[in-house]
Amino acid sequence: MRDADGNVRAHFQPLADWLAETPAARVTEKRREADLLFHRVGITFAVYGDKQGDERLIPFDIVPRVIPRTEWEALEHGLKQRVTALNRFLHDIYHDQEILKAGKIPADQVTKHDAYQPVMRGLDLPNGVYSSIAGIDLVRHDDGRWYVLEDNLRTPSGVSYMLENRKMMLRLFPELFARQQVLPVEQYPALLLETLRAAAPPRLRRDPSVVVLTPGQHNSAYFEHAFLAQQMGVELVEGADLFVRDDYVYMRSTTGAQRVDVIYRRIDDAFLDPQAFRPDSVLGVPGLVAACRAGHVSLSNAIGTGVADDKSIYPYVPAMIRFYLGEEPILQNVQTWQCRDSDDLKYVLGHLEELVVKEVQGSGGYGMLVGPASTQAQIKAFRARLRANAGNYIAQPTLSLSTCPTFVKRGIAPRHVDLRPFVLSGKEVRLVPGGLTRVALKAGSLVVNSSQGGGTKDTWVVD
Amino acid sequence: MLSRVADRIFWMSRQMERAENMARILGVTSDLAVFGTREVQQQNLIAPLTITDTGEAFFKRYGSVTLKNLIEFHGLDEGNPSSIYSCLRLARENAHEVRWQITSEMWETLNATWIEMRGLKRGNLDGAGATRFFDWVKERSHLFRGVTYGTIVRGEAFDFSRIGTFLERADNTARILDVKYHFLLPSVADVGGALDYYQWTALLRSVSSFETYRTLYRDQILPIKVAELLILERRMPRSLAACVDQITIALGRITGQQDAPAKRLASELNARLTHAHIEEIFSSGLHEYLEKCLVDFGDLGARIQRAYLGAA
Repeated sequence: MRDADGNVRAHFQPLADWLAETPAARVTEKRREADLLFHRVGITFAVYGDKQGDERLIPFDIVPRVIPRTEWEALEHGLKQRVTALNRFLHDIYHDQEILKAGKIPADQVTKHDAYQPVMRGLDLPNGVYSSIAGIDLVRHDDGRWYVLEDNLRTPSGVSYMLENRKMMLRLFPELFARQQVLPVEQYPALLLETLRAAAPPRLRRDPSVVVLTPGQHNSAYFEHAFLAQQMGVELVEGADLFVRDDYVYMRSTTGAQRVDVIYRRIDDAFLDPQAFRPDSVLGVPGLVAACRAGHVSLSNAIGTGVADDKSIYPYVPAMIRFYLGEEPILQNVQTWQCRDSDDLKYVLGHLEELVVKEVQGSGGYGMLVGPASTQAQIKAFRARLRANAGNYIAQPTLSLSTCPTFVKRGIAPRHVDLRPFVLSGKEVRLVPGGLTRVALKAGSLVVNSSQGGGTKDTWVVD
Repeated sequence: MLSRVADRIFWMSRQMERAENMARILGVTSDLAVFGTREVQQQNLIAPLTITDTGEAFFKRYGSVTLKNLIEFHGLDEGNPSSIYSCLRLARENAHEVRWQITSEMWETLNATWIEMRGLKRGNLDGAGATRFFDWVKERSHLFRGVTYGTIVRGEAFDFSRIGTFLERADNTARILDVKYHFLLPSVADVGGALDYYQWTALLRSVSSFETYRTLYRDQILPIKVAELLILERRMPRSLAACVDQITIALGRITGQQDAPAKRLASELNARLTHAHIEEIFSSGLHEYLEKCLVDFGDLGARIQRAYLGAA
């Protein structure tokens, strides 16, 4: 919120004024009200490994994160560029593999990747889109530049918080929205539905029938699946609600079998179809992959997008942008050392105290080391794990992230934040001005994942 | 509507109705526990097990039929799938799965009921505490039904909820009448005796129809009229006729692909209850009549399951 000289940045001024003039008691009261409302609506999530309970609230911070419109517009261009290139890359590696032939990325690293799905080879998708819904994790460095931390091209979640957080802010602080023009995000479900319809099999002579496929109510993001289905006005289905006959997909309804054309699936590839992937999956639909291959149903996101979003492919995304689009990347990658490379590994082992080390396939903030925040013993233990399985790790410098004022026990204090905008690719690439802002609630912490005690904020793009 | 969703809504309502009926049965059982000879007391105590057909499961885990054991088994036992505890849990679980297809008030009612049930202290369930518990269950069920009626959009969700409620209730009324009638019958000669009167009153009270009986018949309590009220009286909302009527109405609003068998049976049952005379029922045997009803209710449930709700 402040510039290098410690002055409040202009776009944050109205909010700073409001914070200064509003009595603390009223703010506290509003925070309680927010908690109560979230509980009532049941916006909760399940945490893996949390024996305590099935559900818990993600802490919501009432101080929004504010981004000036001009800054957002640059970001938006960068995001569209990046996601377009990633979709081109996915099309390419399942077709002619020109980028591999050109030697821009080691072929083995792609085609031998666990998430590379040979079943997708040669299959043409509507609009050439593989990842219809992409969540790109960004951080703003305190030098003012935005960096991409991670691309999420499989089943990114969190958009329901973007929408619910905005609704909550409008309800709690209507007067704040009068002070500043905040760009709306409420059109997201409508855009999502349009995007999903655009993914429908071509030559369909009626409105495509869209469903949301969830693993069920015990999944950590079940709330979001139900929420999005309801907002779009489509059915929320589980695997057992669907069946495949003659390579067409149907859902079981009270009026009999109903055709399904587009499945917004929130189930990982491995569990989608016991005939094609894990035979022990009870979440999926037998025959679904064959129906896809026959072109009778579309999955969003497509099967096999995971090969483009893990941390071992991440360093090549700038090369993809140059290769497919002939443009310079607008958004920066964070410098990344690949521990499977012996020179890089040597460097990483020598600088563990200052680096962040992550598992290549890890997510949710599990199994990572934040060097500057770790004890000698933790670093020592991690060093052993790293040596034992170096190929499984990458390392990045600890970024000096920008912070955002946040309510903590003692009042307002700066906390690190990141941002996940959601990029929708259909006939065109679109996004709403905003995203999910996650905040690390522990002082100094850089880990914002909700499973690790992070919270969320509303994200305001302001004129 | 998805078959699974319809199924959860149907069972959500059915489980809640079942919890209420269990509370009614236990309530009348504990009212009668201290009356009459030892033999009569024992007969009264065994009634809940006979009505719910759970004697075998009970004796596997409990040594003797005491009021305390019955309240434990039918009220609180987590291992008994038809205990009040289990019904409230299942109703809430079903609701949780479809909470986006029902109203938030419905979900909140079932969720709050379950949370309160879980917090219940066993020690508080003796004597008056037990009565308070049964009343509470009935109230929660009334509340849920009222909230459903008052908030949910008229459509399949509403219809399947109604069908679940009334199918469960019809089944329950038939069972209570069948069991109670047969051990009250030997004492009919003694009509007017204090205990007898009390027992018949208790039976009527257990289905909330004591006042209704008074209003409709303005007469002393005659066994044949009790049977008529509980089977054929359409104005009495817990009678078989009233329940089947509601089921037929709800089914009539639903269209499915292969639902003729379900609709046909519902209409048959409805016609049979509309045009019957209680004297005829008695002359061919009340017990036989009620048994046939119970088989038909079971069959109707199975046909509804097949037509709309997917494999059971």
